[in-house]
Amino acid sequence: MEESDVKKPVKALLIGGSAGSLQVLFHLLPLLNKTLPFAIIVVLHRRHSADSSLSELLSTKTALRTHEVDDKDVILPGHIYLAPADYHLLIEKGETFSLDYSEKVNFSRPSIDVTFESAAEVYGSSLAALLLSGANEDGTKGLLAVKKTGGITLVQNPETAQMPYMPNYALAHAVIDHVCDIAQMAHFINTLH
Amino acid sequence: MIEDEEVEILLTDLLDIYGYDFTSYSRASLKRRIVRLVSIDKFPSFAEFRYKVRTDENYLKRFVEEITVNVTEMFRDPTFYKSLREDILPVLGTKPFIRVWHAGCSTGEEVFSMAILLKEAGLLRKSLLYATDLNPSVLEKVRKGIFPMHQMKQYSESYIESGGLKDFSEYYTANYGQAKFDKELSEKIIISTHNLVSDSSFNEFDLILCRNVLIYFDKDLQDRVLKLFDASLGTLGYLALGTKETLKFSVIQNKYKQLNREKIWKKVM
Repeated sequence: MEESDVKKPVKALLIGGSAGSLQVLFHLLPLLNKTLPFAIIVVLHRRHSADSSLSELLSTKTALRTHEVDDKDVILPGHIYLAPADYHLLIEKGETFSLDYSEKVNFSRPSIDVTFESAAEVYGSSLAALLLSGANEDGTKGLLAVKKTGGITLVQNPETAQMPYMPNYALAHAVIDHVCDIAQMAHFINTLH
Repeated sequence: MIEDEEVEILLTDLLDIYGYDFTSYSRASLKRRIVRLVSIDKFPSFAEFRYKVRTDENYLKRFVEEITVNVTEMFRDPTFYKSLREDILPVLGTKPFIRVWHAGCSTGEEVFSMAILLKEAGLLRKSLLYATDLNPSVLEKVRKGIFPMHQMKQYSESYIESGGLKDFSEYYTANYGQAKFDKELSEKIIISTHNLVSDSSFNEFDLILCRNVLIYFDKDLQDRVLKLFDASLGTLGYLALGTKETLKFSVIQNKYKQLNREKIWKKVM
């Protein structure tokens, strides 16, 4: 991975994933620095209202403060935010979250596209977005939006993904800056600022 | 793509021409729905879309229906309904008469869920359920009490998870892919338009449910609506919100005590 073009100031890192992405996070989160100067916003597909303790589980893997988002929460650097089950997660101009219980997008709520597109509008080029393992097409439109407003796009190397369909679909339809395995993701995130 | 300024122009139009005030709605969600509607209805430009909204009252109806989110379900979050059954209804049951307000009820799935709970607690006869929404066309659906048959399997599972002991299909008659709920339930439901942004308190209630409506409002409007609920709740009345909504940081917070992990508060002052 090149070092030169990753040194942009970033206000938020988006991570989207579906089937097979939880294991990636379990390996990735312990590799992250204890302090990071930007927020990490995680959108995972999960079963309706099940595993509401997911944020607690993720918090055992990292020193960064981890929360499942409540409506109108303020977005702070150095925190990890998880989209709640069964709501779309949107980002408002004042860097607060809002939630939305509208129709599923890509058969998913939360939808990765919805959060990524909304973040791209607010953060523009101060944004990085990473798409992980999964078995559907969610996330690709979101990466397109991030790229269009000048953000950085990354996908998990499909060869390392339990479900390569999602990263492969993104690689085929969007401009992706970096394709990475878990160690490369960690290096990328730790050197972002 | 639609610019933020264009959204603001449209909101001003709606307020000036029709008196619909969406100016305190959360922008990200509102804009997303406007973009979606322009795309579904294939408007070639924002100007043409704006002209249609300004000049065609029938299209305004469609606009309001599509812009406001009307996705809902019966017995959503079964543990919430379980808490209503076990913690709230026994207390309300001691009253001679029970008034419940479903604010922003959309197509009414939650109102019928509540009516079923009241019936099973033996309280339906002395209860009235007020179902309100700003959108007249969704209230038509509440009035009919007809919901798509294909959702009944999911609803039945949630009903059982909420502590329901009956065969859920006892409550409706299946016909041509539709489930029509018993008249006994709908007879206790009073339906009326009410706009939380502009309309005032209209009665005193023992329980107000407003689940997943406040998420579409900005902080200031949330506070205004919570004050309206406070003014509409009797002492020791209950307020129920959606699972990700909170009274934390609101102006009425100090007057309320949260009951348990479910988003139900009791008015203590």
